[in-house]
Amino acid sequence: MTNPCVLSLNNLTKRFGSVVANDAVSIDLHRGEVLSLLGENGAGKTTLMNMLFGHYVPDSGSIDVADEFGEMHPLTLGHPQAALDAGIGMVHQHFTLAESLTALDNILLGSESLLSWRHNRNAARRKINGIMERTGLAAPLDEPVGKLTVGERQRVEILKALYHDARILVLDEPTAVLPPQEADTLFENIGAMTTGGLSVIFISHKLREVLAFSNRIVVLRHGKKVGEIATEDADERVIARMMVGADTPATPRVSMEPGAKVLELKSVTVKGDNARTTLHSVNLSIHAHEIVGIAGVSGNGQSAMARVISGLASPDSGVMLIDGHKINRFTPPAMQKAGVGRIPEDRHHEGMIGAMSVAENLVIERLDDPEIQKLGFLRRKYIRSNAEELSRTYDIRGPGIDADARLLSGGNIQKLILARVFERSPRLILANQPTRGLDLGAANEVARRLLKARARGAGVLLISEDLDEILALCDRVIVIHDGQLFEAHSKDRQAIGLMMAGENIC
Amino acid sequence: MDIIQILISENFWAASLRIATPLIFGVLGALLCEKAGVLNLGIEGIFAAGAMAGWMAVWLGAGLWGGLLVAGLVGGFFGLIHAILTVPLGLSQHVSGLGITMLATSVSYFTYRTALPKVSSPPRIEPFQPLDIPVLSDLPFIGPVLFQQTAMTWLALFMVALVWWVLNRTPLGLAIRAVGDNPDAVDAQGLSVYGLRMGAIVAGSALMALGGAFLTMSAFDAFFFGMVNGRGWICIALVIFASWRPGKALLGALLFGAFDAFQVRLQTQVGAFLPSQVFLMAPYVLSIFALVIVARRAEYPRALLTPWFKGQR
Repeated sequence: MTNPCVLSLNNLTKRFGSVVANDAVSIDLHRGEVLSLLGENGAGKTTLMNMLFGHYVPDSGSIDVADEFGEMHPLTLGHPQAALDAGIGMVHQHFTLAESLTALDNILLGSESLLSWRHNRNAARRKINGIMERTGLAAPLDEPVGKLTVGERQRVEILKALYHDARILVLDEPTAVLPPQEADTLFENIGAMTTGGLSVIFISHKLREVLAFSNRIVVLRHGKKVGEIATEDADERVIARMMVGADTPATPRVSMEPGAKVLELKSVTVKGDNARTTLHSVNLSIHAHEIVGIAGVSGNGQSAMARVISGLASPDSGVMLIDGHKINRFTPPAMQKAGVGRIPEDRHHEGMIGAMSVAENLVIERLDDPEIQKLGFLRRKYIRSNAEELSRTYDIRGPGIDADARLLSGGNIQKLILARVFERSPRLILANQPTRGLDLGAANEVARRLLKARARGAGVLLISEDLDEILALCDRVIVIHDGQLFEAHSKDRQAIGLMMAGENIC
Repeated sequence: MDIIQILISENFWAASLRIATPLIFGVLGALLCEKAGVLNLGIEGIFAAGAMAGWMAVWLGAGLWGGLLVAGLVGGFFGLIHAILTVPLGLSQHVSGLGITMLATSVSYFTYRTALPKVSSPPRIEPFQPLDIPVLSDLPFIGPVLFQQTAMTWLALFMVALVWWVLNRTPLGLAIRAVGDNPDAVDAQGLSVYGLRMGAIVAGSALMALGGAFLTMSAFDAFFFGMVNGRGWICIALVIFASWRPGKALLGALLFGAFDAFQVRLQTQVGAFLPSQVFLMAPYVLSIFALVIVARRAEYPRALLTPWFKGQR
């Protein structure tokens, strides 16, 4: 790289208790460069950036930042204000915007002296308009942020950083929240910004966008820097190997003879308020030793189907049988008793209780089990030993079984849910978007567990928007469109894609 | 009945404004605290402390404005206790606030009794006098209503404008509004969440204390036990009625003042066949109805009641 260095992280180390989140990580960033920071969930990407931005104080190491004349100065650590003054702007994954204030006010926040007697809104507006013209970042300035779309909010965050004269912009998983076309626009905007001399670090675990939009890639694994490569020399396989530590073998899928029916839906109808929650006279059967995939664009009734099968809603008409038994009471505990294991779509809100410990979350679906309680008192010893065993078997990593479940990373929360579900050997597993937002390693783990359950004799209903995942795992593919189900006769990608769009439905 | 006659009397409107004055201070104070995200239920006790402190300072020889300053400082002090408990320590705002109310009320009574152990009727001070502005005071109707109020009423009206300006027109106000909506946003810009919240609580509590001081230094001329009589709680309700806007807060306080002035006058007219308690109750009942109608659309500061801790996101 011929451009001068604008930022260097020198041997940064950060421990949380016994966990080493970052181990002597050193990274240089050059002017006008887009650097991707790549790694699995929990690899230490966000911790590293939080140290840069002063949210965490590193245990050892130092950071140097260039001033506007290109001279490097050490950064005062642990002070967000120092990072801001040094020209570092950060766009968090969870936006830090005040929703009832307008976009303009959010951008202005903190840019003027608190002792000043009035705003200079006009000058601010001129400057922001200038930035918008230069970079193509567009957002309505006078609307309350709460009324903006996710993409617009993100642009407000970036505008905020640029308004504060950021020369280095850190984007933490910027595309995680964006629909695909908005993601492309974002990368165009980033391109325009870097030609103006801005340097960008963007954190991601999506190989495709990293390869398409960065100049250089740094890979972190278990808190260590394990690779650095110019993007032009990289391909997906090379980076994936760096991230995971070895080539990930595609999970082998042996063919199996389907067994007895574990789930049968007969003309199940749900009258919902919208397409998302509506089903029109749906018939479906799932057998033991079978994974059935429900493919479809989200909002076509997947949610209604998942709610009925997990007992959160009862159908308006129709019959549901599990293991040949007709279901009369649609409540979550009744469904669990009948043999349904539920991997919910929104794992943070419906899959766990954040303020309860990992150990408690692991038994929360079987509180009436005599192993868990005796005469209404929890058997804490058993609950703990159970948690220790499951953490080992399912490789749940985090601050420990007594820590609040909310402290786990997304991948580890999913492992917790898998442990809870699979330990009960359910007859039917309802897996709703089980790999959404997970990194490669965790997603493979989910796939492996689902296949293992199938081998044991469970039936699996896999609802997913990821067609590749469905094609890789499922014995049969069913397309959901507008609250109706259509069997796909072959695993032909194109044909299924057309059916998802509502065409060629026979 | 002579309801119309009540409504067109100068005397009624002057009384409404007078009754509203302590509420204006109180509701502005509570609003400032809540805009920053912290409920301050210490208001009832801070009213008592302000009433006591201001009056006692004057009785001990300070000037009237000096007395107000003392009241403000005492209110700010109790606000600081609430701020420390609820902001950096993140304790329950309800529990801390109610505790402050009990503490401040008791300390005020205690101080009074310690200073004046044997008196049966409290010593009187020379309170604020109506501001008599030549010519304007002689205007028909408007003159008596507006220009026979004391300086404290004018101060209250000025405070409405000041609080509005600070909240809506200055960077400090923007930061206060932001910290009550999403403290993370404030922290991400390198501003101090703790500093802003604590500052707002202290300033808001000082305003509340001025409301209390009005009772002993303008409305009456001495301190009595139980003289706050729920005015603080009314302010808490009025903030919601006002949807956290200073202008509407003024309106709410005036409305309540008018209800109260009205019921007193109605009592003398038709008191013969209805028990007086019904009239005393009326302003509160009407407040509840007004609240039900307005509060459904109220826009709460989104981080109200939510403690924030540094380094935890």
